Amino acid sequence: MTLIIEAVVLGILTGSVYALMASGLTLVFGVLDIINIAQGILVIVGAYLSYTLEKYFHIDIILGLLVTIPALFLLGIGIEWAFMRRIKRDRVMISILVTFAVALVIEGLLNFIFTPNYVQLTAPYIDAALPVFGFYLPYIYLFGFLLSVVVLTLLYFLVYRTKFGFGLRASMQDRTAAALIGIDVERVQTVTFGIGVALAAAGGMVFGATNPFNAATSYDLISRLLVIIVLGGMGSLRGALFASLAMLVISDIIDVVWSPVWANVVFFALLIVLLLFRPQGFFGRLEGRKQ
Amino acid sequence: MKIIRTFGLLAVLALLLAFPLLFGDPAVTTIAIFTLLFAGATVAWNIFSGYTGYISLGSAVFYGVGGYALALLCKAWNIQGGYMPFLLLPLVGLIASAFAIPLGWIALRSSRHVFVVITIAMFYIFQLLAFNLPGITNGSDGMFLPSPPWDAAFFNTPFYYVSLIVLLLCFFVSWWVRNSKYGLGLLAIRDDEERALSLGVKTGAYKLVAFAISAFFIGMIGALVNYFIGSLYPAFAFSPAFDITVALMAFLGGVGTLVGPLVGALLLAPLQQYLTVQLQIVGLDLILFGSLLLAVILLLPEGIVPSLRKTWTRWKASRGVRSPVAGSREKEEKALLAKGGREGNG
Repeated sequence: MTLIIEAVVLGILTGSVYALMASGLTLVFGVLDIINIAQGILVIVGAYLSYTLEKYFHIDIILGLLVTIPALFLLGIGIEWAFMRRIKRDRVMISILVTFAVALVIEGLLNFIFTPNYVQLTAPYIDAALPVFGFYLPYIYLFGFLLSVVVLTLLYFLVYRTKFGFGLRASMQDRTAAALIGIDVERVQTVTFGIGVALAAAGGMVFGATNPFNAATSYDLISRLLVIIVLGGMGSLRGALFASLAMLVISDIIDVVWSPVWANVVFFALLIVLLLFRPQGFFGRLEGRKQ
Repeated sequence: MKIIRTFGLLAVLALLLAFPLLFGDPAVTTIAIFTLLFAGATVAWNIFSGYTGYISLGSAVFYGVGGYALALLCKAWNIQGGYMPFLLLPLVGLIASAFAIPLGWIALRSSRHVFVVITIAMFYIFQLLAFNLPGITNGSDGMFLPSPPWDAAFFNTPFYYVSLIVLLLCFFVSWWVRNSKYGLGLLAIRDDEERALSLGVKTGAYKLVAFAISAFFIGMIGALVNYFIGSLYPAFAFSPAFDITVALMAFLGGVGTLVGPLVGALLLAPLQQYLTVQLQIVGLDLILFGSLLLAVILLLPEGIVPSLRKTWTRWKASRGVRSPVAGSREKEEKALLAKGGREGNG
């Protein structure tokens, strides 16, 4: 029983980190109509940035976020400006290929710079753990959870309580109408893409501290993130949060009651069963957005 | 015009047939075999994804199923290496189709965007199953296929011709689909699925059949590649690289056209083989491959074949030449129609 409680707690803590990365993905899909396959590798870029800062400049990984988040925000804006903006026709399909090509280039660069050997972030509090209810909870998971709560709350305020968020939601609903009432849709799109990538930096730090990673880890990561946003309903922030928590809790429980090797299979299988009954995901709209 | 085309086709065919005689070097014929097989896989992928507009990034499922089916059949019936396994290929293809029908039935219930993601999820399920069912697949230790008793100089030749036959068959089916009423239904689904449905196209069944045809060929190709390599591991049998490479080759040449995927694969596959073999610097192959793709997708968003066709039409129009041959004018109109159809899609 303790094991199951532990699995649920750990699932919620790690799920919140996945929610960070997945909300970036789902936000970008909602506003730009782009499935950003590069989100997985950008998480790894964030992790490697934290790793470099920690190893060569001895900057603590949490303080390092003050550098990595703006850096990835700028990288995101650069990618949007250089590639996404050029896609005029058949956006969803072409964007999958373009972002995949971007991911390949980044993967090659990372392999070249950091070699394909696995690394992991280090900090004094990563191995330390807090005893609760008869099991040990590593501090890093708690930090990751707190970070996710803070960042997601900020994101919530940005999207639902600011003027920029108003423009963002308007462009999400109807791009043409948003442009007609004077919203600079292009600028909203660029900034949104930057925010989506910046969220990957935050998620990447926690991911890198809790898992050994290399550039190829991104494949596993992006497949999980894609499943999460489909499960939650593409373009829905609430859905991304809910689905991340559900996914991680379920797979952690399967992990302890059955076996680690089946945890992923069960999750993907659940996705397929769900889609049989609710093809639009938990919170998705059935109708595609009409442009 | 028609004569030139016929002779051109015959010349290409003769060149393909004579290729192993002209270039005996096994290193060259190995690249040629992989090129033919990737071309076959791309053409097969295009029969479903290109014509219907449902992009599948899970074709490695059938590639892997094909590989494992051949390995298991050889083991179960105690078949030795040689020509026998080639005869099993149609059966392997049918097995892959048998997998495709339930998978397609589930995946095709959703919208195009979700379909892409479901195919990725299916692909991961199969990879994990291959790892987790050691009783059938021997898990991460992998399986071995019987090795043919041919010497090194002759080894590639049978594989080359079998690959060529599979590619030609696949291309013929693609041509037939494109020019049939059935294919017209698929294209209607791509352009406007609801309208196609209201006009009496049985969209569900049409898509499922195309999915199964595509799986049939991809399964055979998976079996051939793995028979050629001789061994089978979950990470390579179900590899994300295959999914993506096939889609990219089709996009390079022109998705949904008949010859586009073939052109894309014939250009890209040798390059990729060459890059993986030649470049010793870690990561450089990925950087080059990725940059090339970016350049192609952004500069020629429709793919090589439709872009060239458009340029050709425009060039002819600007010269104001009305060809006296009726056939070529018809072709122009067709090109314009094709162009219109694609733009309606966006």
